[in-house]
Amino acid sequence: MTTNGLLQIVVFFAILLVSAKPLGVYIARVFERKRTWLDFALAPMERLLYKATGIDPEKEMRWTEYLAAMLVFSAATFALTYMVERMQHMLPFNPQHLAGVAPALAWNTAVSFTTNTNWQSYSPEGTMSYLTEMLGLASHNFWSAAAGLALAIAFIRGIARREMRTLGNFWADLTRGTLWVLVPLSSVLAIALVSQGVVQNLRSYDTAHLVETQSQTGADGKIATVTTQSIAQGPVASQEAIKMLGTNGGGFFNANSAHPFENPTPLTNLLQMLAIFLIPAALTVTLGQMTGSPKHGWAVFATMSMLWLAGTLLCYHAESQANPLMHGVAQQLTSMQSGGNMEGKEVRFGIANSALFATVTTDASCGAVNAMHDSFTPLGGLVPLVNILLGEVIFGGVGAGMYGMLIFVILAVFIAGLMVGRTPEYFGKKIEAYDVQMAMLYLLIFPLVILGFSAVSVLAPGFGLSSLANHGPHGLSEILYAYTSATGNNGSAFAGLNANTPWYNTSLGIAMFAGRFLMLIPMLAVAGNLAAKKRVPPTAGTFPVTTPLFTVLLTGVIVIVGALTFFPVLALGPVLEHLLLHAGRSF
Amino acid sequence: MSESNHRNQRSIFDAHIVRRASVDALRKLKPTAMMRNPVMFVVEAGSALTTVLFVRDALVHRGNFSFDLQITLWLWFTVLFANFAEAMAEGRGKAQADALRRAKAETTAYRVTRSGLEEVASSALRLGDLVRVEASQMIPGDGEVVEGVASVDESAITGESAPVIREAGGDRSAVTGGTRVLSDFLTVRITSNPGETFLDRMIALVEGAKRQKTPNEIALNILLSGLTIIFLLAVVTLEPFASYAGAPQTVFVLISLLVCLIPTTIGGLLSAIGIAGMDRLVQHNVLATSGRAVEAAGDVNTLLLDKTGTITIGNRQASEFVPAPGITNEQLADAAQLSSLPDETPEGRSVVVLAKTRYGLRGRELAQLHAEFVPFSASTRMSGIDVEGRSIRKGAVDAMSRYLEQCGSSMPVQVRASVEEIARSGGTPLVVVENGRALGVIHLKDVVKGGMRERFTQLRAMGIRTIMITGDNPLTAAAIAREAGVDDFLAEAKPKDKMDLIRREQAEGKLVAMTGDGTNDAPALAQADVGVAMNSGTQAAKEAGNMVDLDSDPTKLIEIVGIGKQLLMTRGALTTFSIANDVAKYFAIIPAMFAGAFPVLNTLNIMRLHSPESAILSAVIFNALIIIGLIPLALRGVGYRALSAAALLQRNLLIYGLGGLIVPFLGIKLVDIVITAIHLA
Repeated sequence: MTTNGLLQIVVFFAILLVSAKPLGVYIARVFERKRTWLDFALAPMERLLYKATGIDPEKEMRWTEYLAAMLVFSAATFALTYMVERMQHMLPFNPQHLAGVAPALAWNTAVSFTTNTNWQSYSPEGTMSYLTEMLGLASHNFWSAAAGLALAIAFIRGIARREMRTLGNFWADLTRGTLWVLVPLSSVLAIALVSQGVVQNLRSYDTAHLVETQSQTGADGKIATVTTQSIAQGPVASQEAIKMLGTNGGGFFNANSAHPFENPTPLTNLLQMLAIFLIPAALTVTLGQMTGSPKHGWAVFATMSMLWLAGTLLCYHAESQANPLMHGVAQQLTSMQSGGNMEGKEVRFGIANSALFATVTTDASCGAVNAMHDSFTPLGGLVPLVNILLGEVIFGGVGAGMYGMLIFVILAVFIAGLMVGRTPEYFGKKIEAYDVQMAMLYLLIFPLVILGFSAVSVLAPGFGLSSLANHGPHGLSEILYAYTSATGNNGSAFAGLNANTPWYNTSLGIAMFAGRFLMLIPMLAVAGNLAAKKRVPPTAGTFPVTTPLFTVLLTGVIVIVGALTFFPVLALGPVLEHLLLHAGRSF
Repeated sequence: MSESNHRNQRSIFDAHIVRRASVDALRKLKPTAMMRNPVMFVVEAGSALTTVLFVRDALVHRGNFSFDLQITLWLWFTVLFANFAEAMAEGRGKAQADALRRAKAETTAYRVTRSGLEEVASSALRLGDLVRVEASQMIPGDGEVVEGVASVDESAITGESAPVIREAGGDRSAVTGGTRVLSDFLTVRITSNPGETFLDRMIALVEGAKRQKTPNEIALNILLSGLTIIFLLAVVTLEPFASYAGAPQTVFVLISLLVCLIPTTIGGLLSAIGIAGMDRLVQHNVLATSGRAVEAAGDVNTLLLDKTGTITIGNRQASEFVPAPGITNEQLADAAQLSSLPDETPEGRSVVVLAKTRYGLRGRELAQLHAEFVPFSASTRMSGIDVEGRSIRKGAVDAMSRYLEQCGSSMPVQVRASVEEIARSGGTPLVVVENGRALGVIHLKDVVKGGMRERFTQLRAMGIRTIMITGDNPLTAAAIAREAGVDDFLAEAKPKDKMDLIRREQAEGKLVAMTGDGTNDAPALAQADVGVAMNSGTQAAKEAGNMVDLDSDPTKLIEIVGIGKQLLMTRGALTTFSIANDVAKYFAIIPAMFAGAFPVLNTLNIMRLHSPESAILSAVIFNALIIIGLIPLALRGVGYRALSAAALLQRNLLIYGLGGLIVPFLGIKLVDIVITAIHLA
């Protein structure tokens, strides 16, 4: 680790810290329908949308109605994306004349983008037309993020409201989240990205003539001479911005944020990492604002920050180490080389910014990558995996991270709340059997899907293990990572696993679906139940949710629940691999 | 009180209770009974499975005989220890109940019929029957006195040896079955059917027979069941991962891991904690009608306390003599003392006491003085004495002004000023007049019980607001409230005001606790979240509340809140401890499982346990023994202090959270050393 590298991590966090408050306060105002400085432009647009769709934004919804609206919306947008993918060859903005997407892949991709996962079983440059990218995929980057944001706001309302049966109006929340939060932020970011060289056009792909021709052996064994290279183009900047801000992570290009047209400079790299954390971090402030306890928001922010910092430092440390198997190779840091493990990393980002990016993108359920996680050292690769396994609550996805974290808050308050001699309460609301039941259900779905599918996969040589490129503990990590990424709606790939098979396409699709929609049901049930409760005014006897002690407690609960659930499989995967690597074996 | 103190001192591991609990622990193995406790049910199912596998393996000489046998036995011990904990708690309750049951011995009752008295067994009495109870007879059932006044010995249920008066009408009309009439007679209307008496309900509750899980207990059980399912998932899927890694595991090892991970510590002790909470309440001579009420006590935000008898000692006391101009303190004290000598009221006696302690005036024998006592009458509203030519009167200021005018004089301005000042400070002024001349004023004041201020400060630290209820005027009430240190007061309170206050507090989401004894308290007792009726109170009050204090001590409310809090804290502490324990168990078992196939995993064996077998065995043994080790804590409750929530949380997290992380590392290592030394593994 270098001072420079650590300093860059500090700069990243400092900017995040400074921007969280103003944005968080702004988001609270947006959803509390208070005046904002963008109203002059957006309010007429909002009214027009409501008029056109016949939506009454004042109509309050119970949790079941809110859920139904969210599901209807997701189903409709899913269908739209599927249709566009299938019919892209008949539609405009297809300069490369790409064929319609095959049904299985179209289904997988539509599920992936609807669930904010953005797992990509395809290479975008050769598969998706510009229209599909824009209308089918980038649109989902907005919608799935806005839906997540709406759900988080609904949950916060559940906490803040008292003796009410409703959580707000999904359509209004969706609209306001998109218009007031996502569109302005991504517009600004897209322009910033363009200024750094991110492309934004609708041209057909460029062809470059190679200075040095290359020979390639084709699948048929013949040697072909390659003289040209096709350089993909497209409306990248506009999609890149929301890919990060919406914690979507689905790359315009196969190489994702390692591609120079997506992420050309260290500055864009910093902006992209900030964009991933920006809204999730701000939502902690929004939580504080809407519940009337800003300190609580900061306590949650501190919890997330601590877990983020631990992951970042461990990953950075692990990646800075020399590979013990490469005896006699100079791997130390010098003015001429970065040292450490540079396999699968971009030289323009280096180890610090690759480790930080990997941590950030897996803390939040973004899944964009600027380096190959599969090439990380075992411990370095353990960090992204654990980040997702902890439930995508370290800042987490837009909205999803917040409501996931609040489920942990409820659990923490329940476990330790008794220790102050009162039945557990959160903001004066008693946490009772129903709440605990739903919170446990939420927590149960996650390991059930991940461990269940992983176990079936390792038991099946025919369809499970046959996709593995590596064996041993690394192979286990690859399978585990795939299901973890899908269920956590992260979407990043560990690679090394051929997921484009009927088994993995289907099961990963189910995992993405369960990770988003199944977990929503108990989550919203808790919100609805909390909203209806009385709120006991806080006293000196009330469990404090604003103190550093609470932060420690919440961190402990997240780590212990996550660690206890996944420790055995992690011990056989990355931990074992790490130990074996240092004993001289690799996989 | 001595009786109840004695009860408190009963040792945790009383030999008789331990014997009975050991048998009960075996009896509780019945799967239908175990189903009530999902965590321990899983352990039992695991134990049964390993038993079957052990027998099968032993028959074909397969497996690791010694290890498998020990694991199987310790798994059964885990279940038994949990059952034992519950049985211990129940046993203590039963011991309590036996004492109560002795009071419930079958007696002969004399039922009042149209043709006279009819001799029947007490168990034959029905609701509405009238019985007559003579001196030295046992009252055959719960009821309400409809005729007569008698002194009753209620020591059988209260442990208080001093007899109490029970009379028809008013707030002292309720009698309890099993108590004894000492003098006179009573006619009692029976208010409950056999098996439904107050005593029956109490016995059922303390024995745990009728125990229903409380809301918080149900919620906690769901949490523990959820964790159990998650760990079941982790262990079940571990086998495929282990096979993939080329290190398949035996069922014995997998079940050991599962049992160590699921929260057996809290799962095994949870019901014992609940029963023990109830038991602690009974030890304080308070009976709750449900466990729910005890939980609610821990949550109380507002305490309503009656001023008289709770905050102040029952009566006003003379605290000062304020002489009129030209009169010395001694002169006033002398006159005040003389006038109060025949006055047997507590106020009167307090004047004599003050004169003696402050001015050294000794009591004089009335008989020697040939004095004539003028008793208090409603028309003159003053009392006094005529002795040796002195005519001394004392009374309230308006009565005395009129008296002075009759004597042809008037109330001096300075005396009037003193009167006003005393009234403003919350006291009651009594003017003393001798031979038509005002000598000064006696300051009677409410005396706040010792230690009350400290207790209110403690309550405040715990976030509980105390409200004093009094019939006094606001001025007096404010002064006493200030002196006692309560947070608020309700002056000139009528029963309806009390009710309104409770409703108002509850509308804000607060939980309210109160005590009461009168029939007119009944609605408020029913409305309050924790309503503690005094045993000396009416049947209506007892029916309305959800607790009864056998000692009829209104300050008990403060202890009840503490017991409720302690119950909840014990649950929380052991849950935290139990979950934190898992970290160490992982570090014991995971390397043990896989170090055979991958010796590098021994790096995780940070406790340096002897061998894979000893490591797994140590974890299982520790997991079982910790249940036994924590029984005293579960039964006594965690140390409870009146601190703010933040301070309590910090303290308990440190002890049970951090302690829960560290203790098993030490414990497992210790067990490992021992079993290695005696060659068990």
